[in-house]
Amino acid sequence: MQNRSLSFWLFLTPVILGLGIVVVIPFFYGLFYSFTDWNGITATAFIGFENYINLFQESEFVDSIWFTVKFALITVILLNVMGLGLALLVTRNIKSSSLLRTVFFMPNLIGGLILGFIWQFIFISVFGDIAGITGIEGFDGWLSTTNTGFWGLVILTAWQMAGYIMIIYIAYLENIPKELIEAAKIDGASSFQRFKNITFPLVAPAFTVSMFLTLSMAFKIYDQNLSLTNGGPFNSTQMVAMEIVRTAFSDNDMAYAQAKAVIFFLIVAVIALTQVYYNKKREVEM
Amino acid sequence: MKKNKERRNLLSIEILGLLLGLIWISPFYLMIVNAFKTKRDIFSGVLGFPSEPVFENFVEAFIDLEFLKSLFNSLLITGFSIAIIILFSSMAGYALARNKSKLSGVIFFIFVAAMLIPFQSVMIPLVSIFGQADMLNAGGLIFMYLGFGCSLSIFLYHGAMTGVSKSLDEAAIIDGANRFQTFWYIIFPLLKPISVTVAILNVIWIWNDYLLPSLVLNESNATIPLKMFYFFGQYTKQWHLALAGLTIAILPVIIGYFFAQKQIINGVSEGAVK
Repeated sequence: MQNRSLSFWLFLTPVILGLGIVVVIPFFYGLFYSFTDWNGITATAFIGFENYINLFQESEFVDSIWFTVKFALITVILLNVMGLGLALLVTRNIKSSSLLRTVFFMPNLIGGLILGFIWQFIFISVFGDIAGITGIEGFDGWLSTTNTGFWGLVILTAWQMAGYIMIIYIAYLENIPKELIEAAKIDGASSFQRFKNITFPLVAPAFTVSMFLTLSMAFKIYDQNLSLTNGGPFNSTQMVAMEIVRTAFSDNDMAYAQAKAVIFFLIVAVIALTQVYYNKKREVEM
Repeated sequence: MKKNKERRNLLSIEILGLLLGLIWISPFYLMIVNAFKTKRDIFSGVLGFPSEPVFENFVEAFIDLEFLKSLFNSLLITGFSIAIIILFSSMAGYALARNKSKLSGVIFFIFVAAMLIPFQSVMIPLVSIFGQADMLNAGGLIFMYLGFGCSLSIFLYHGAMTGVSKSLDEAAIIDGANRFQTFWYIIFPLLKPISVTVAILNVIWIWNDYLLPSLVLNESNATIPLKMFYFFGQYTKQWHLALAGLTIAILPVIIGYFFAQKQIINGVSEGAVK
């Protein structure tokens, strides 16, 4: 197919319209209006960087960024440890291997909104009951403080997504030649040595892939935040995505919310581009 | 001796795995068990079995969720979105892979680069533009899913095209087929494995999506997650009904997973590693 052939363009028209109207035009449209006093329909004045200056002085927005960063870092570490652990477990020669894969992956298929509601029940009622039976105070009052809200979100996300990360690690683990492990066994390497010297180095690329994947997933979380804590108590567990939605659709402060959305884009894009950079570097080294 | 020790090791790993599996599904156990309880039964304890299972919770939740209607809306929106994503993305992946010019490369790059843009960064102008065009409805939503879903799908189709020989196109053209016939009868059937992957990845996302439908649809044509949100808001402090509703809402996914678990896990694996 040539550039000038009609069929080339006909084949591309639907997706060019789709991406253009849904992503590209709104992106630049929003970028432009973030420098105005836009109310969602019309703008009356060009106000330069005023929105951007204001948002960095708004403690609620800055707090939501720190909360999200903290959440993302802990979730990323936890998800990768759990994902690799589960992958190592189910790739052993055990009978329940495929059953366990099915079970560990299951939460991933259900939406974050519904899972958040289920865990709201667990953290409030089930934990409350456990506190009553065992007398351990630590189980009481979950989701009513910033700290328990934070860990509630971490537990929910880790449970939901560990199965997904497990699948990625499995794909890499199953690509390790069996002969390598066998040869090491014959040479008398212990299972820890085999893991350290063969499995781990060969699975390292999966670590880069999953780390950035989980990082950008953790940054964009909204549904779980809404259904589990709804940002409470006092907006202290509100993440960036939710902050933007609220500024736009509860406070109706469109131009200001869009400025926050642009900052959000920059953060997510920097994370993703760093990943691309590392992947390229690794490919060169290999 | 060594064999025995290894077998014992495997057995303890197996037991550990099964225990972990039980912990993993315990949230679902707690949800289902308490959905069968009365309000008073839940109040007296959530860990055990119901003193006498009641089904009324499910009946009431089913009616209040308008479940058949929301299920129909979810099926309609997911179904149409997937159909056009698969059709249009495979066409684009084919066209871009068969044109080796610089321009084609640039277009492909734009589609891939667009994946960097998070939804929240475009949602406000998007809703504003579609609102002004009077397109905040199911049709508009399906079109939005094409826009958000096509990038990754084109990327996957483009990758899969490297395995489809160009001589197939040439043979079909010589036999008098036009481009579209060549694509539809020769190429598209060969792309079936990647179409399954594309379908699975997009179904998981679109079926469960809450934020976009909440901005686009009104309550009368709500999808399951959207309806679940309204429903849950009505029944705070009435866990017996809320949990019955959640159980019903999850059921279609569990049934789908039961029949297609292998394809789903393979599809997700393929989509993530590429």
